[in-house]
Amino acid sequence: MRARVLVRPKAGILDPQGQAVERALPALGFSGVRNVHVGRLIELDVENPEQLPEMCQRLLTNPLIEDYVVEAVDGGQVAEIAASDSTADTEGQDAA
Amino acid sequence: MKFGVVRFPGSCDEVDAQLACQRVGEAVILWHRDRDLQDVDAVVIPGGFSYGDYLRAGAIARFAPVMEEVAAFARSGGLVLGICNGFQVLCEAGLLPGALLPNTSLRFIFRQVELQVVSDDSPFTRACAPGDRLSIPVKHTTGRYYAPPEQLAELEARRQVLLRYAPGENPNGSLDDIAGVCNETRNVFGLMPHPEHAVDPLLGPTGGLPIFESMRAHVEQHVLA
Repeated sequence: MRARVLVRPKAGILDPQGQAVERALPALGFSGVRNVHVGRLIELDVENPEQLPEMCQRLLTNPLIEDYVVEAVDGGQVAEIAASDSTADTEGQDAA
Repeated sequence: MKFGVVRFPGSCDEVDAQLACQRVGEAVILWHRDRDLQDVDAVVIPGGFSYGDYLRAGAIARFAPVMEEVAAFARSGGLVLGICNGFQVLCEAGLLPGALLPNTSLRFIFRQVELQVVSDDSPFTRACAPGDRLSIPVKHTTGRYYAPPEQLAELEARRQVLLRYAPGENPNGSLDDIAGVCNETRNVFGLMPHPEHAVDPLLGPTGGLPIFESMRAHVEQHVLA
């Protein structure tokens, strides 16, 4: 199975990379951009997708500072199959 | 006493660490694939870019064969000092609380900083007094200490913060100016500044020396006595 893991800094942790990108966009004339965060994308083919959450917790992410979402990719179809515990609580937090 | 300094592929400060240890005792290099700690009395995980720092700083090095032995050594009360990348490795391995994030400036910083000793109640700071200032260089890109608020409160309550950057000296955005923390049992210590680069009066301040002297005093009193 083709999987991808989206890793993002946990909400509330200072994200200087996101801030740097947010400050750079207006310099190119792009306005109205807020709450920029920079994470990491890991793509992998796996035979045992049920192991993906443990892979995330033990190596692919540092659970103290990062949240993750695991997606199954099948042709053009993408489906979320797992996520770190706190992801659901924190998504969209910036929008407030 | 005998120190063991771990060498990973990508380590770059292990020779300075060995020379610093040799000012107070014997020191041997421990190869990352070996499981034999050679009966050392203390282990130093040095600075550098272990395994290229791929994925996250320190994330891969924690799986090195030697790290299993270092973890067992730490669990049995052995002294383990992690410097810079070594601090990152110990955090990733769960031997120390917290994590190191990219500097607020996103830049590599390389300069002398002033540290304040917070607690002398540890095998790593017993040769100091609380409030002492140590002048030690830092050189890193990923040195911003972070721990979640509840963990941070526990660290402070248990006096696990041994060193802070002096007021106005915090180079990387570390929470509460934290420069170095120990584990709950106080036998594992990690810090971002490089004490091994500050031991020779010919090259500048010797603020790093008390850390190695403290370790020797602890081992002589508790292990070799």
